[in-house]
Amino acid sequence: MPPVTDVAAAPEAMAPPRTGAPAKPDFEIVPRRGLVVVAIVMVALIVAIAANSLWSLEFFHVAFGAGWTVVDLFLGLVLGPIMGRMPIPARVELTTRLMPKMVLLMPTLVTATLAAGWQLSTKLGTNLSSYPQHAWVVASFIVVGVMAVLALGLLEPANIAVLFELRKPKPRGEVIERLMKRFLYCAGVLGLMQLATLVIMTKLASS
Amino acid sequence: MSERRYPPFTELGMMSLALIVIGGIYLASHIPQRVPLGPAIALLIASGVLVVVNLALLAQVQGFAWARFRQVGGWALLAYAFTAGMIEYAFLRDHLSGGPLVILTLSLVVYAIQVPTLIAFTVARWDSPYAVPAGHGEAAGPSGD
Repeated sequence: MPPVTDVAAAPEAMAPPRTGAPAKPDFEIVPRRGLVVVAIVMVALIVAIAANSLWSLEFFHVAFGAGWTVVDLFLGLVLGPIMGRMPIPARVELTTRLMPKMVLLMPTLVTATLAAGWQLSTKLGTNLSSYPQHAWVVASFIVVGVMAVLALGLLEPANIAVLFELRKPKPRGEVIERLMKRFLYCAGVLGLMQLATLVIMTKLASS
Repeated sequence: MSERRYPPFTELGMMSLALIVIGGIYLASHIPQRVPLGPAIALLIASGVLVVVNLALLAQVQGFAWARFRQVGGWALLAYAFTAGMIEYAFLRDHLSGGPLVILTLSLVVYAIQVPTLIAFTVARWDSPYAVPAGHGEAAGPSGD
Protein backbone atom coordinates (compact mmCIF):
# COMPACT_ATOMS: atom_id res chain seq x y z
CA MET A 1 0.00 0.00 0.00
CA PRO A 2 1.68 3.27 -1.04
CA PRO A 3 1.95 5.89 1.71
CA VAL A 4 -0.76 8.53 1.82
CA THR A 5 1.91 11.18 2.13
CA ASP A 6 2.97 10.61 -1.48
CA VAL A 7 1.10 11.61 -4.58
CA ALA A 8 2.21 11.16 -8.15
CA ALA A 9 1.17 13.56 -10.86
CA ALA A 10 -1.50 12.82 -13.41
CA PRO A 11 -0.37 13.35 -17.01
CA GLU A 12 -1.34 16.90 -17.88
CA ALA A 13 -3.00 15.82 -21.10
CA MET A 14 -5.41 13.61 -19.16
CA ALA A 15 -6.11 16.08 -16.38
CA PRO A 16 -9.32 18.10 -16.39
CA PRO A 17 -9.02 21.85 -16.97
CA ARG A 18 -7.93 23.70 -13.86
CA THR A 19 -8.75 27.22 -12.95
CA GLY A 20 -7.70 29.47 -10.09
CA ALA A 21 -4.73 27.20 -9.36
CA PRO A 22 -2.83 28.40 -6.32
CA ALA A 23 0.89 27.67 -5.83
CA LYS A 24 1.61 24.09 -4.79
CA PRO A 25 2.38 23.93 -1.07
CA ASP A 26 4.53 21.25 0.51
CA PHE A 27 3.17 19.30 3.48
CA GLU A 28 2.37 15.82 4.80
CA ILE A 29 -1.29 14.73 4.60
CA VAL A 30 -0.85 12.83 7.86
CA PRO A 31 1.85 14.57 9.96
CA ARG A 32 4.14 11.73 11.05
CA ARG A 33 5.41 13.52 14.15
CA GLY A 34 1.84 14.04 15.25
CA LEU A 35 1.23 10.30 15.06
CA VAL A 36 3.63 9.85 17.98
CA VAL A 37 1.53 12.22 20.12
CA VAL A 38 -1.66 10.42 19.07
CA ALA A 39 -0.11 7.06 19.98
CA ILE A 40 0.85 8.37 23.44
CA VAL A 41 -2.69 9.68 24.02
CA MET A 42 -4.23 6.39 22.87
CA VAL A 43 -1.99 4.31 25.15
CA ALA A 44 -2.82 6.62 28.08
CA LEU A 45 -6.53 6.28 27.24
CA ILE A 46 -6.34 2.48 27.19
CA VAL A 47 -4.49 2.52 30.53
CA ALA A 48 -7.14 4.85 32.00
CA ILE A 49 -9.96 2.57 30.86
CA ALA A 50 -8.17 -0.58 32.02
CA ALA A 51 -7.39 1.00 35.42
CA ASN A 52 -10.97 2.28 35.63
CA SER A 53 -9.83 5.13 37.86
CA LEU A 54 -12.36 7.90 38.38
CA TRP A 55 -9.91 10.78 38.07
CA SER A 56 -8.26 9.61 34.84
CA LEU A 57 -11.62 8.86 33.21
CA GLU A 58 -12.98 12.25 34.30
CA PHE A 59 -9.83 13.91 32.98
CA PHE A 60 -10.06 12.30 29.54
CA HIS A 61 -13.79 12.87 29.24
CA VAL A 62 -13.85 16.48 30.44
CA ALA A 63 -10.55 17.76 28.99
CA PHE A 64 -10.87 16.12 25.59
CA GLY A 65 -14.60 16.82 25.44
CA ALA A 66 -13.90 20.51 26.12
CA GLY A 67 -11.26 20.46 23.38
CA TRP A 68 -13.71 18.86 20.93
CA THR A 69 -16.41 21.43 21.74
CA VAL A 70 -14.08 24.41 21.50
CA VAL A 71 -12.53 23.29 18.20
CA ASP A 72 -15.95 22.65 16.60
CA LEU A 73 -17.35 25.99 17.78
CA PHE A 74 -14.22 27.90 16.78
CA LEU A 75 -13.96 26.30 13.34
CA GLY A 76 -17.63 26.55 12.47
CA LEU A 77 -18.59 29.86 13.99
CA VAL A 78 -15.35 31.91 14.02
CA LEU A 79 -12.78 30.62 11.54
CA GLY A 80 -15.30 29.50 8.90
CA PRO A 81 -16.82 32.95 8.25
CA ILE A 82 -13.36 34.54 8.33
CA MET A 83 -12.00 32.04 5.77
CA GLY A 84 -14.98 32.65 3.53
CA ARG A 85 -13.88 36.28 3.10
CA MET A 86 -10.17 35.57 2.55
CA PRO A 87 -8.58 35.64 -0.93
CA ILE A 88 -7.98 32.17 -2.42
CA PRO A 89 -4.15 32.12 -1.99
CA ALA A 90 -4.54 33.05 1.68
CA ARG A 91 -7.24 30.42 2.12
CA VAL A 92 -4.99 27.80 0.55
CA GLU A 93 -2.10 28.81 2.80
CA LEU A 94 -4.28 28.57 5.92
CA THR A 95 -5.87 25.31 4.77
CA THR A 96 -2.44 23.79 4.11
CA ARG A 97 -1.32 24.52 7.64
CA LEU A 98 -4.61 23.78 9.41
CA MET A 99 -6.04 20.67 7.79
CA PRO A 100 -3.16 18.18 8.33
CA LYS A 101 -3.41 18.94 12.04
CA MET A 102 -7.17 18.42 11.94
CA VAL A 103 -6.67 14.93 10.44
CA LEU A 104 -5.09 13.84 13.73
CA LEU A 105 -6.65 16.25 16.20
CA MET A 106 -10.36 15.60 15.68
CA PRO A 107 -10.38 11.76 15.71
CA THR A 108 -8.15 11.83 18.81
CA LEU A 109 -10.40 14.28 20.68
CA VAL A 110 -13.55 12.39 19.70
CA THR A 111 -12.19 8.91 20.47
CA ALA A 112 -10.84 9.93 23.89
CA THR A 113 -14.01 11.83 24.85
CA LEU A 114 -16.41 9.06 23.89
CA ALA A 115 -14.34 6.08 25.10
CA ALA A 116 -13.63 7.68 28.49
CA GLY A 117 -17.22 8.95 28.70
CA TRP A 118 -18.71 5.50 28.15
CA GLN A 119 -16.35 3.91 30.71
CA LEU A 120 -17.12 6.70 33.17
CA SER A 121 -20.86 6.18 32.79
CA THR A 122 -20.40 2.43 33.25
CA LYS A 123 -18.39 3.04 36.42
CA LEU A 124 -20.91 5.53 37.83
CA GLY A 125 -23.95 3.60 36.63
CA THR A 126 -25.30 6.59 34.74
CA ASN A 127 -25.82 4.53 31.56
CA LEU A 128 -28.24 2.17 33.32
CA SER A 129 -31.90 2.52 32.43
CA SER A 130 -32.64 2.76 36.17
CA TYR A 131 -30.66 6.02 36.43
CA PRO A 132 -33.09 8.85 37.31
CA GLN A 133 -31.86 11.11 34.48
CA HIS A 134 -31.88 8.29 31.92
CA ALA A 135 -33.84 10.33 29.36
CA TRP A 136 -31.06 12.95 29.34
CA VAL A 137 -28.43 10.24 28.87
CA VAL A 138 -30.35 8.81 25.89
CA ALA A 139 -30.62 12.36 24.53
CA SER A 140 -26.83 12.64 24.72
CA PHE A 141 -26.53 9.31 22.81
CA ILE A 142 -28.75 10.73 20.08
CA VAL A 143 -26.84 14.01 19.82
CA VAL A 144 -23.50 12.20 19.72
CA GLY A 145 -24.90 9.72 17.17
CA VAL A 146 -25.96 12.51 14.81
CA MET A 147 -22.61 14.22 15.28
CA ALA A 148 -20.76 10.97 14.58
CA VAL A 149 -22.62 10.39 11.31
CA LEU A 150 -21.92 13.98 10.16
CA ALA A 151 -18.28 13.87 11.22
CA LEU A 152 -17.55 10.43 9.74
CA GLY A 153 -19.61 10.83 6.60
CA LEU A 154 -18.93 14.45 5.63
CA LEU A 155 -16.31 16.19 7.73
CA GLU A 156 -13.47 13.66 7.81
CA PRO A 157 -13.71 12.70 4.11
CA ALA A 158 -13.71 16.42 3.12
CA ASN A 159 -10.68 17.00 5.34
CA ILE A 160 -8.66 14.21 3.68
CA ALA A 161 -9.86 15.06 0.16
CA VAL A 162 -8.85 18.71 0.40
CA LEU A 163 -5.37 17.66 1.45
CA PHE A 164 -5.04 15.31 -1.54
CA GLU A 165 -6.16 18.13 -3.82
CA LEU A 166 -3.61 20.49 -2.29
CA ARG A 167 -0.85 17.92 -2.87
CA LYS A 168 -1.50 17.82 -6.60
CA PRO A 169 0.95 19.63 -8.90
CA LYS A 170 -1.81 22.11 -9.77
CA PRO A 171 -4.50 22.13 -7.08
CA ARG A 172 -7.91 23.23 -8.33
CA GLY A 173 -9.12 26.22 -6.36
CA GLU A 174 -12.78 25.44 -6.98
CA VAL A 175 -12.44 21.87 -5.65
CA ILE A 176 -10.63 23.12 -2.54
CA GLU A 177 -13.28 25.78 -2.02
CA ARG A 178 -16.12 23.27 -2.39
CA LEU A 179 -14.55 20.79 0.03
CA MET A 180 -13.63 23.49 2.54
CA LYS A 181 -17.18 24.84 2.45
CA ARG A 182 -18.45 21.35 3.20
CA PHE A 183 -15.89 21.02 6.04
CA LEU A 184 -16.67 24.39 7.61
CA TYR A 185 -20.48 24.17 7.28
CA CYS A 186 -20.30 20.71 8.81
CA ALA A 187 -18.08 22.00 11.62
CA GLY A 188 -20.60 24.81 12.17
CA VAL A 189 -23.50 22.36 12.50
CA LEU A 190 -21.41 20.21 14.83
CA GLY A 191 -20.55 23.33 16.84
CA LEU A 192 -24.24 24.12 17.29
CA MET A 193 -24.90 20.51 18.29
CA GLN A 194 -22.09 20.85 20.81
CA LEU A 195 -24.22 23.49 22.51
CA ALA A 196 -26.90 20.81 22.96
CA THR A 197 -24.22 18.53 24.41
CA LEU A 198 -23.20 21.27 26.85
CA VAL A 199 -26.82 21.68 28.00
CA ILE A 200 -27.20 17.90 28.53
CA MET A 201 -23.84 17.41 30.25
CA THR A 202 -24.28 20.34 32.65
CA LYS A 203 -27.79 19.08 33.44
CA LEU A 204 -26.40 15.60 34.22
CA ALA A 205 -23.47 16.96 36.24
CA SER A 206 -25.76 19.11 38.38
CA SER A 207 -28.37 16.43 39.05
CA MET B 1 -15.27 22.53 -13.35
CA SER B 2 -16.37 19.52 -15.41
CA GLU B 3 -17.98 16.95 -13.17
CA ARG B 4 -18.63 13.26 -13.69
CA ARG B 5 -21.94 11.90 -12.40
CA TYR B 6 -21.65 9.48 -9.50
CA PRO B 7 -24.15 7.35 -7.61
CA PRO B 8 -25.22 8.86 -4.25
CA PHE B 9 -22.31 7.14 -2.50
CA THR B 10 -21.96 9.61 0.38
CA GLU B 11 -25.70 9.78 1.01
CA LEU B 12 -26.10 5.99 1.07
CA GLY B 13 -22.96 5.62 3.18
CA MET B 14 -24.25 8.10 5.74
CA MET B 15 -27.61 6.32 5.79
CA SER B 16 -25.81 3.04 6.42
CA LEU B 17 -23.86 4.61 9.30
CA ALA B 18 -27.03 6.18 10.70
CA LEU B 19 -28.75 2.77 10.80
CA ILE B 20 -26.01 1.14 12.88
CA VAL B 21 -25.85 4.21 15.15
CA ILE B 22 -29.61 3.94 15.75
CA GLY B 23 -29.18 0.22 16.49
CA GLY B 24 -26.37 1.00 18.94
CA ILE B 25 -28.43 3.68 20.71
CA TYR B 26 -31.40 1.31 20.90
CA LEU B 27 -29.28 -1.35 22.62
CA ALA B 28 -27.33 1.08 24.83
CA SER B 29 -30.46 2.83 26.07
CA HIS B 30 -31.84 -0.41 27.52
CA ILE B 31 -28.81 -1.46 29.59
CA PRO B 32 -28.95 -3.65 31.69
CA GLN B 33 -32.44 -4.85 30.73
CA ARG B 34 -33.00 -7.68 28.25
CA VAL B 35 -34.17 -6.10 25.06
CA PRO B 36 -35.78 -7.60 21.92
CA LEU B 37 -32.95 -7.88 19.38
CA GLY B 38 -35.22 -7.87 16.31
CA PRO B 39 -35.09 -4.10 15.63
CA ALA B 40 -31.29 -3.98 16.07
CA ILE B 41 -30.84 -7.01 13.76
CA ALA B 42 -33.09 -5.43 11.12
CA LEU B 43 -31.14 -2.15 11.28
CA LEU B 44 -27.83 -4.02 11.02
CA ILE B 45 -28.98 -6.04 8.00
CA ALA B 46 -30.31 -2.89 6.29
CA SER B 47 -27.01 -1.14 6.97
CA GLY B 48 -24.97 -4.06 5.57
CA VAL B 49 -27.17 -4.20 2.46
CA LEU B 50 -26.58 -0.49 1.90
CA VAL B 51 -22.80 -1.03 2.07
CA VAL B 52 -22.98 -3.76 -0.57
CA VAL B 53 -25.39 -1.82 -2.83
CA ASN B 54 -23.24 1.30 -2.51
CA LEU B 55 -20.05 -0.50 -3.57
CA ALA B 56 -21.91 -2.30 -6.37
CA LEU B 57 -23.21 1.02 -7.74
CA LEU B 58 -19.75 2.55 -7.55
CA ALA B 59 -18.26 -0.44 -9.40
CA GLN B 60 -20.46 0.48 -12.39
CA VAL B 61 -18.82 3.90 -12.76
CA GLN B 62 -16.56 4.07 -15.78
CA GLY B 63 -13.16 5.73 -15.38
CA PHE B 64 -13.25 5.96 -11.59
CA ALA B 65 -9.87 6.53 -9.86
CA TRP B 66 -9.73 3.03 -8.34
CA ALA B 67 -6.00 3.16 -7.59
CA ARG B 68 -6.48 6.23 -5.42
CA PHE B 69 -9.63 4.68 -3.87
CA ARG B 70 -7.66 1.57 -2.88
CA GLN B 71 -4.71 3.58 -1.57
CA VAL B 72 -6.75 5.90 0.65
CA GLY B 73 -9.25 3.20 1.60
CA GLY B 74 -6.46 0.84 2.66
CA TRP B 75 -4.85 3.31 5.05
CA ALA B 76 -8.20 4.51 6.37
CA LEU B 77 -9.24 0.88 6.92
CA LEU B 78 -6.13 0.40 9.04
CA ALA B 79 -6.99 3.45 11.18
CA TYR B 80 -10.67 2.60 11.57
CA ALA B 81 -9.97 -1.08 12.26
CA PHE B 82 -7.86 0.19 15.18
CA THR B 83 -10.67 2.35 16.57
CA ALA B 84 -13.19 -0.47 16.04
CA GLY B 85 -10.80 -2.76 17.94
CA MET B 86 -10.69 -0.29 20.82
CA ILE B 87 -14.48 -0.15 21.00
CA GLU B 88 -14.67 -3.96 20.87
CA TYR B 89 -12.16 -4.10 23.73
CA ALA B 90 -14.47 -1.82 25.76
CA PHE B 91 -17.45 -4.13 25.05
CA LEU B 92 -15.52 -7.20 26.19
CA ARG B 93 -14.15 -5.40 29.23
CA ASP B 94 -17.70 -4.51 30.23
CA HIS B 95 -18.62 -8.23 30.00
CA LEU B 96 -21.01 -7.76 27.10
CA SER B 97 -22.02 -11.14 25.71
CA GLY B 98 -24.56 -13.05 23.63
CA GLY B 99 -26.78 -11.45 21.00
CA PRO B 100 -25.97 -7.80 21.81
CA LEU B 101 -22.22 -8.53 21.52
CA VAL B 102 -22.69 -10.20 18.12
CA ILE B 103 -24.84 -7.32 16.83
CA LEU B 104 -22.49 -4.62 18.09
CA THR B 105 -19.43 -6.48 16.75
CA LEU B 106 -21.01 -6.78 13.30
CA SER B 107 -22.01 -3.11 13.51
CA LEU B 108 -18.35 -2.30 14.14
CA VAL B 109 -17.41 -4.31 11.03
CA VAL B 110 -19.86 -2.21 8.98
CA TYR B 111 -18.42 0.97 10.56
CA ALA B 112 -14.82 -0.12 9.86
CA ILE B 113 -15.69 -0.73 6.19
CA GLN B 114 -18.12 2.12 5.53
CA VAL B 115 -16.11 5.03 6.91
CA PRO B 116 -12.90 4.22 4.96
CA THR B 117 -14.89 3.79 1.74
CA LEU B 118 -16.54 7.18 2.31
CA ILE B 119 -13.14 8.81 2.77
CA ALA B 120 -11.66 6.96 -0.21
CA PHE B 121 -14.61 7.87 -2.44
CA THR B 122 -14.44 11.58 -1.54
CA VAL B 123 -10.74 11.66 -2.41
CA ALA B 124 -10.98 9.51 -5.55
CA ARG B 125 -13.95 11.35 -7.08
CA TRP B 126 -11.73 14.43 -7.50
CA ASP B 127 -8.78 12.40 -8.77
CA SER B 128 -7.84 11.41 -12.28
CA PRO B 129 -8.23 7.69 -13.05
CA TYR B 130 -4.85 8.02 -14.74
CA ALA B 131 -3.02 9.32 -11.67
CA VAL B 132 -0.68 6.70 -10.22
CA PRO B 133 -0.28 6.74 -6.44
CA ALA B 134 3.44 6.70 -5.62
CA GLY B 135 4.62 3.15 -5.06
CA HIS B 136 2.39 1.65 -7.75
CA GLY B 137 4.37 0.25 -10.63
CA GLU B 138 1.53 0.44 -13.11
CA ALA B 139 -1.09 2.79 -14.34
CA ALA B 140 -4.41 2.41 -12.61
CA GLY B 141 -6.80 3.55 -15.27
CA PRO B 142 -9.01 1.25 -17.24
CA SER B 143 -6.73 1.41 -20.27
CA GLY B 144 -3.57 2.26 -18.43
CA ASP B 145 -2.70 5.05 -20.79
